[in-house]
Amino acid sequence: MTRIGQLFERLKRENRKGLIAYITAGDPHPDRTPSLVDALVRGGADLIELGVPFSDPVADGPVIQRAGDRAIAAGTNLARVLEIASKIRERSEVPLLLFTYLNPVLRYGLERLSRDAAKSGIDGCLLTDASVEEAEAYVGAMRAAGLDTIFLAAPTSTERRLKLVARYSSGFVYLVSRTGVTGEQASLSAAVGPLVQSVRAVTDLPLAVGFGVSKPGHVAELGRQVEAVVVGSAFMRIVESSAGAPELEGRLEAFARELKLGFGETA
Amino acid sequence: MTQQPDSGGHFGPYGGRFVPEVLMAPIEELEHAYLEARSDPAFQAELAALLADYAGRPTPLYHARSLSERLGGAQIYLKREDLLHTGAHKINNSLGQALLARRMGKKRIIAETGAGQHGVATATVCALLGFECVVYMGEEDMRRQRLNVFRMRLLGAKVAAVSSGSRTLKDAISEAMRDWVANVGDTYYLLGSALGSHPYPMMVRDFQKIIGEEARGQILKSAGRLPDAIFACVGGGSNAIGIFHAFVPDAGVALIGVEAGGRGDAAGEHAARFRGGSPGVLQGAFSYLLQDEDGQVSSTHSVSAGLDYAMIGPEHAWLHDLSRAEYVAASDAEALAAAKLLSRTEGIIPALESAHAVAEAVKRAPASPGKIFLVNVSGRGDKDIDIYRENFKELDEA
Repeated sequence: MTRIGQLFERLKRENRKGLIAYITAGDPHPDRTPSLVDALVRGGADLIELGVPFSDPVADGPVIQRAGDRAIAAGTNLARVLEIASKIRERSEVPLLLFTYLNPVLRYGLERLSRDAAKSGIDGCLLTDASVEEAEAYVGAMRAAGLDTIFLAAPTSTERRLKLVARYSSGFVYLVSRTGVTGEQASLSAAVGPLVQSVRAVTDLPLAVGFGVSKPGHVAELGRQVEAVVVGSAFMRIVESSAGAPELEGRLEAFARELKLGFGETA
Repeated sequence: MTQQPDSGGHFGPYGGRFVPEVLMAPIEELEHAYLEARSDPAFQAELAALLADYAGRPTPLYHARSLSERLGGAQIYLKREDLLHTGAHKINNSLGQALLARRMGKKRIIAETGAGQHGVATATVCALLGFECVVYMGEEDMRRQRLNVFRMRLLGAKVAAVSSGSRTLKDAISEAMRDWVANVGDTYYLLGSALGSHPYPMMVRDFQKIIGEEARGQILKSAGRLPDAIFACVGGGSNAIGIFHAFVPDAGVALIGVEAGGRGDAAGEHAARFRGGSPGVLQGAFSYLLQDEDGQVSSTHSVSAGLDYAMIGPEHAWLHDLSRAEYVAASDAEALAAAKLLSRTEGIIPALESAHAVAEAVKRAPASPGKIFLVNVSGRGDKDIDIYRENFKELDEA
């Protein structure tokens, strides 16, 4: 079992919910990312999604698009993100999930990535544009290296598709809160409740909800329905507005802590 | 060989469906609706009537005697898609997909455009059929194709400027996909080339294959035999696959796709995917892609906005690997020279995209006496007059 599976067992045992924090690795600079992850973990993040920047991120809104552009400009590529993961792993056992698109992974090589990712302390991988129809080789390679593969379930997914998503997912299933790209929004779509029900009907895996989650109120609302919530753009907006200032770590930590309060607990 | 993709939309190893999960159900719904429409005689009859009475099909096949004589070799025939309503082959596909959107009960149509020809064709059919229309267009392309931007607005479409990335076709497609993700309920994404996730490459090809079906009958009638070679420009590749399709089983007919050679062979200077590209995934499909060693999509350049795209349609990738079609590149300068030559010898000003196909035929014709060449003039050059003026300054000063 990966650190992801262990995390969800621990959350269940301790009767609490998980905060998953996404950050685009390499923004503002690859050397800074481990320290940003430390800050998120201090603030209470239970799992870190390390975004590998891709030039054409069709599933991402403007905040993460800009973060990816900055990360690429700062010299970030998949190999560099694996180095970042190794550095994080030297000092933390926080579960790490690679979050990216298929093309950088194909270019790196599936077998090579699964081997190198496992060696770097990565626990799993989520590729936003790898549909279950096209995922067999990728899932095979990752599982053989002991890595989890996480797939997205969307409000538009049919029952047939949800079954396939459940079959190919390990660790947890990532529910997309709404039909849209990543980004913050004022209130969460009413689609989450029915989607949670539909996915529970086809899997016992833990569920996390993301896309548009940015406020403690969202966390509170979703925490009643699923095992974990994912926050991304709201963190990356802080990274963007801080532009590398020394107080960036402090702000990320404080915001993670604030979100965590939404679950009705202190970090 | 079969010319149909497998049930997952694969042409050999290429094609497929690589989109975020939110779009998978809409894409399955689209595929289902399209397959139903394709076999519905009422749908086909309505489309055929619009293609004839509204778009102006069949387009002529014209024997370019003066150009052929000037080159002193092959006899060149031109398939005149430039004579269609809105000025390019794009209307064939826009009409077909808009009828499908209506059949699916959609209210709003979105599209991407590079040169603006697909945007204009889509804005046109939306005006005709009463759809709300939003066309995504890169800011760089809006600058080089100002006339088409205004044309779309006059037709009642909203042109949404895309300022991300290279601000060209690739970024317009990403933005259209994001719109679709957010509005899947009432919105139809009318993709303009034989690109993207299944079923688009197959569906767009089906709506464009009328070009080759007409041309095959026309050339048999006027030349008495099949052509030796067919030339078509290839951006995503819809006009090329449209004219190639009916000839794929004719082993004696060479199929020649002409990519944008741009300013040179260095990365970023051209859009010739078979010159430095390698298979990868972009915007829904697996095909030849211009990318760097990290899998980031390379920037591209072409004087013609319609060929300025980093990926070639998956069916072309397959025809390439099977050696059934040959892919070459024409430079910006060769395309410009070919446009001038066709204008001066035949009184036909081609679109810059189509001028790439003309350029390759011009290059090969002198050494090919007795051969018959068929060139797809996919669009007319009105939209490119500003670029022609910039490049032929001597004519302004005369």
